[in-house]
Amino acid sequence: MEFFFQQLINGVTLGSIYGLIAIGYTMVFGIIGMVNFAHGDIFMVSAFIALLLFLALTTVIGITWLVLAFIIVLLLAMFFTSLWSWVIERLAYRPLRGSFRLAPLISAIGMSIFLANFVQVVQGPRNKPIPPMFNETIALTSGGLFDVTVAWKQIVIMVVTVVLLTIFWYIVQKTPLGRAQRACEQDRKMAALLGIDVDLTISITFIMGAALAAVAGTLYLIQFGNVNFADGFIPGVKAFTAAVLGGIGSIPGAVIGGLLIGLIEVLWAAYVSSDYKNVAAFTILIVVLIFMPQGLLGKPEIEKV
Amino acid sequence: MPAGHDTATSPATQRLNNALREAGLAALISAGLSFPILALGAEPDINNQLALQTRWSWMFAAIIIIACARFFAVMLDGWRARTLAMAGLLCAAFGFGTWYFAGIAEPKIVGGTIVAGLIAMLAAFPIDTSESRASIAAKAPARPATILSSTATSLIATAGIGALIAFPLAMLWWFGSAGSLKWINNYGIQILIFVMLGWGLNIVVGLAGLLDLGYVAFYAVGAYAYALLATQFDLSFWICLPLAGIMAAFWGILLGFPVLRLRGDYLALVTLAFGEIIHLVLTNWSDLTNGEAGILSIPRVTFFGVPFTAGEGGFAHLFGLEFSPIHRTIFLFYLILALALITNFATLRLRRLPIGRAWEALREDEIACRSLGINTTNTKLTAFALGAMFGGFAGSFFAVRQGFINPNSFTFMESAWILAIVVLGGMGSQIGVALAAIVMVGGTEALRELDFLKQLFGQDFNPVQYRMLIFGLAMVVMMIWRPRGFVSTRTPSIFLKERKAVAADLVGEGYG
Repeated sequence: MEFFFQQLINGVTLGSIYGLIAIGYTMVFGIIGMVNFAHGDIFMVSAFIALLLFLALTTVIGITWLVLAFIIVLLLAMFFTSLWSWVIERLAYRPLRGSFRLAPLISAIGMSIFLANFVQVVQGPRNKPIPPMFNETIALTSGGLFDVTVAWKQIVIMVVTVVLLTIFWYIVQKTPLGRAQRACEQDRKMAALLGIDVDLTISITFIMGAALAAVAGTLYLIQFGNVNFADGFIPGVKAFTAAVLGGIGSIPGAVIGGLLIGLIEVLWAAYVSSDYKNVAAFTILIVVLIFMPQGLLGKPEIEKV
Repeated sequence: MPAGHDTATSPATQRLNNALREAGLAALISAGLSFPILALGAEPDINNQLALQTRWSWMFAAIIIIACARFFAVMLDGWRARTLAMAGLLCAAFGFGTWYFAGIAEPKIVGGTIVAGLIAMLAAFPIDTSESRASIAAKAPARPATILSSTATSLIATAGIGALIAFPLAMLWWFGSAGSLKWINNYGIQILIFVMLGWGLNIVVGLAGLLDLGYVAFYAVGAYAYALLATQFDLSFWICLPLAGIMAAFWGILLGFPVLRLRGDYLALVTLAFGEIIHLVLTNWSDLTNGEAGILSIPRVTFFGVPFTAGEGGFAHLFGLEFSPIHRTIFLFYLILALALITNFATLRLRRLPIGRAWEALREDEIACRSLGINTTNTKLTAFALGAMFGGFAGSFFAVRQGFINPNSFTFMESAWILAIVVLGGMGSQIGVALAAIVMVGGTEALRELDFLKQLFGQDFNPVQYRMLIFGLAMVVMMIWRPRGFVSTRTPSIFLKERKAVAADLVGEGYG
């Protein structure tokens, strides 16, 4: 039983990270109907940015209080990653609106390949380890077979995820910007006629998705302690699976999907086979896309001419 | 006359101001992009602790190049002037880089490239003004599509095939038995494998319009089918080849049945997941596939039963030749040439059948197809299965050529690489795909050869990283600039009265 609870905590931690990435997929898909294949690599770039900033802050500037360093890194990583995402949207996706259907996806695949190899070229192909932080653990139970523990970094991950989700949920539901986004999602042409700057709204959607991916990247770095140029692909596909599982286009769906994927992955690795944990995630993707493409919270899609 | 002509700035000054502002903005953005990821580096030191390195010069080089490029893009109108200016910029940057980063201080080379680049950049301005702006402003008429007459096409095709047949013999004659191995193997066979894969994927992506991101899975199925059948059951290559194709097609159908009802981008992701699952299973199912270590000592190809070995009963002995390993390589070359040509021939014939026309109709507009009574699932399934089958053939050829396979040859990057060949070649164009394969695969092989690049960029310079970087970017540029690929004219397979081609910019495409 202790083992199960321990895995549950690990699964929720991992699921939070997937959920944060999944929101970027789901928001972009909701607003322009495109699978942003490069989003996973944006996440990887953000982890690298966080790593470099963290090194710069601790070694060059000499901030010793980890909490302050973490907050600064988080904010700066969100800024720089958003800039990348904005530029990519302007250069690689915006010119393709109105092109044939697969054009944005192919362009995104090209961008994904470019980003991974760009990071490989400028940062080298090796794993980049960072010193562990927030590693102290708290025992939740005692006296059983072994203690169920939660590390501070896991608490940090869950708290940051919840806080940021609340902020973003508020933005999308309650602000004029969020209203504009939801209007564009329903009918872009009509939104434009009503005076909404559609291009700007789409750009902001990309920026918001990238900012959350940057949070995920920073948290990923803290949780796993190293990052590699190829780390964008598999988490990217899993987060996409989460978005589809939760119902693509739905933000709460993305979070629920992320948590489910995280739990399934961790429990599968714990009880069935850790070699095949990625197979489990990919199988979920195939099964969900085939049998319930609208996901848990999504709306069924009507095909229009 | 406008009244305030003394306050209004002249159009030229306005243009310059505008260009300078845009260049400044571009510099600012590129500074933001390159600050952490380019200007800072982290390398583990002896204690496996990351140590921060700064590379401000890289960042400034990137900023200057991007700002200049933006400046020229705003200042110059004509494409000739733009190309010249960009080429000059790259030339000057290259010259400066060799001196500053690689430390090559040969004044002739460094000074020469920098001066040539500067001259080209300056020369772009007078060229631009001489290109009359009015003619650019007047909308250029759509390029008339040129079409080769059928006799010319068949002449070119015959000449091309003739050249390919003569290729190994010419290499043998030119470089001798030892020197030609590299040319026939690294260039000839390697390129032809990718031509064949490109043509196979072209059926799925180019003709039927189904984006398949897991094509390498079928390649893997073909390769492992041959490797396992040959090592476990001692079957010969000639029996395994069709079996491998059938097996790959079977997997294509198995995957295709449930997924082909999905819309385009969902289908792409399901095929991606399928490709990854196959890769993971090959890696982890050690009992069957021997995992990461792969399958060793796969039986080599025989000349229809006659082995390419030295001594009694071998190919050389039978034909009274002196034994040389090049015989097998040449035979492999002709084998993959034949397989590729079969793929091409089958595709060209299928395009004339109702099923081929249904594929292309499906690509253009799925909803219209359905309303005309075409069974879209069956149509997609045939395309998928046929594409998979050719992938399987190519896979079993790959296994017999290498004599050793492991799962690392069948990653997503390989799928992306084949997809890039199809996309850059022009989806649906047979000759375009072949040209793209020659340029991309041959170009990569050629990059490996260039020793002076190693001298410039250091010994750890690895062109394979750069090829993916460049071709990833090329896919993006291609989608924006010419979504139909380099060879972008369409010859409809059915026509009224006379053959005519349709320029790609005139072809609208339905959503579906």
